Amino acid sequence: MAANLKLEIVTPEGQVYSRDVDMVLLPARDGELGIFPQHAPLMTLLGTGEIIARSGGQEDRIIVTSGCAEVTGNQVSVLTVFATEEGAVDVEKAEEARRKAEERLKQKLSPEETSLVQASLAHSLAQLKIKRRPRP
Amino acid sequence: MPSTRNIRRRIRSVKNTSQITKAMQTVAASKMRKAQTAAINGRPFADLAARILAHAAQSLEDDYSHPLLEKRSGPKRAVIVIGTDKGLCGALNANLFREVSRLDKDHTLFLTAGRKASQFVARTRRQLVAEFSYGDAPTFTDAQAIARAAQDLFLKGEVDAVDVMFPRFVNTLTQTPTTRPLLPMERLWENGDAVVEAKGGNGAAPDYLFEPNAAEVMGALLRYFLDFQILQLLQETKASEQSARMVAMKNATENANQLIKDLTLAYNKIRQAGITTELLDISTAQLAIS
Repeated sequence: MAANLKLEIVTPEGQVYSRDVDMVLLPARDGELGIFPQHAPLMTLLGTGEIIARSGGQEDRIIVTSGCAEVTGNQVSVLTVFATEEGAVDVEKAEEARRKAEERLKQKLSPEETSLVQASLAHSLAQLKIKRRPRP
Repeated sequence: MPSTRNIRRRIRSVKNTSQITKAMQTVAASKMRKAQTAAINGRPFADLAARILAHAAQSLEDDYSHPLLEKRSGPKRAVIVIGTDKGLCGALNANLFREVSRLDKDHTLFLTAGRKASQFVARTRRQLVAEFSYGDAPTFTDAQAIARAAQDLFLKGEVDAVDVMFPRFVNTLTQTPTTRPLLPMERLWENGDAVVEAKGGNGAAPDYLFEPNAAEVMGALLRYFLDFQILQLLQETKASEQSARMVAMKNATENANQLIKDLTLAYNKIRQAGITTELLDISTAQLAIS
């Protein structure tokens, strides 16, 4: 392949992923988007789901919740609050995060807090779902 | 000449002080590491957000407008001053407040974060609109509260621009008081590093496709970006504070130890002088008797 895509994923805690890949699947809010090199410049909002980065026969899966992505000819920059690499998912931790978030939602929160807790709940649910899905 | 007892007492009190400053130094050093990592790790996010926004703004259609982007030329502005909660951190706050005191008193409203900042604004009889607090590890919620307040002032038209003043973290020894424009948001990327890159990169910005549409992407981005910008600045301030405190306490400990050395020397000299006089007395008395 002539050109590679450079995928970078940045969260407030720092850069979590930066690698050259062949293609990227983005969980856009209204459905999945597949990005190949030389894609037209694009900006999209992300929903909850997996970013799948393919390079050669290898696949990296990173679970993200909300955020946005910028696609230029050879670069995909993802800006998100929550990002977890699939290998790093810890079922127990995710389970606990889910419980905590559910508890927090029952208390009275300001609208801002609620949206953040909801996002974090969605993120832990996504981690659990993906981790427990049956493997082919 | 001071008595030996007085000197002993002073040595003891200086020793106590040095123990306290030493303890504070250790605490600040460990907090500093955490705060510095948070501040430095947050920078790529803020930079990327600025870059994306700058790109997006360049390829918007001309008739697109967002209330947060609206430029007004009025004189009224609001300044968010981010200071520390506690003192004992060298000249950090003093340097920042010197910058603050240069601002036009009549046309500036103040929002503050950190107790020292609100005390300063109140003491100098400036217009304090709101004060916020933030913890050792600033959270997104802390930042969001400040961002909301600033946004409200701006959207209601009470002010025409919002700036942030904070001690920017350069390295452990250097923190510079810095002013960053916040609202209208166009100013953010007009004088940020991000724009240089955006313009220098490949000439004209490419025409972006927006998914689902430009207005929604822009709206979400702007809200997102504002909150995280403030969070980043809070983290920078925290890193600056802990670094400044660590350095100040290190100096204090060193000074105290030097003082103890000097006092001990003086104490020993006096003690030796006393012994010598006593010996002299004894031998004179013996000579007189024999």
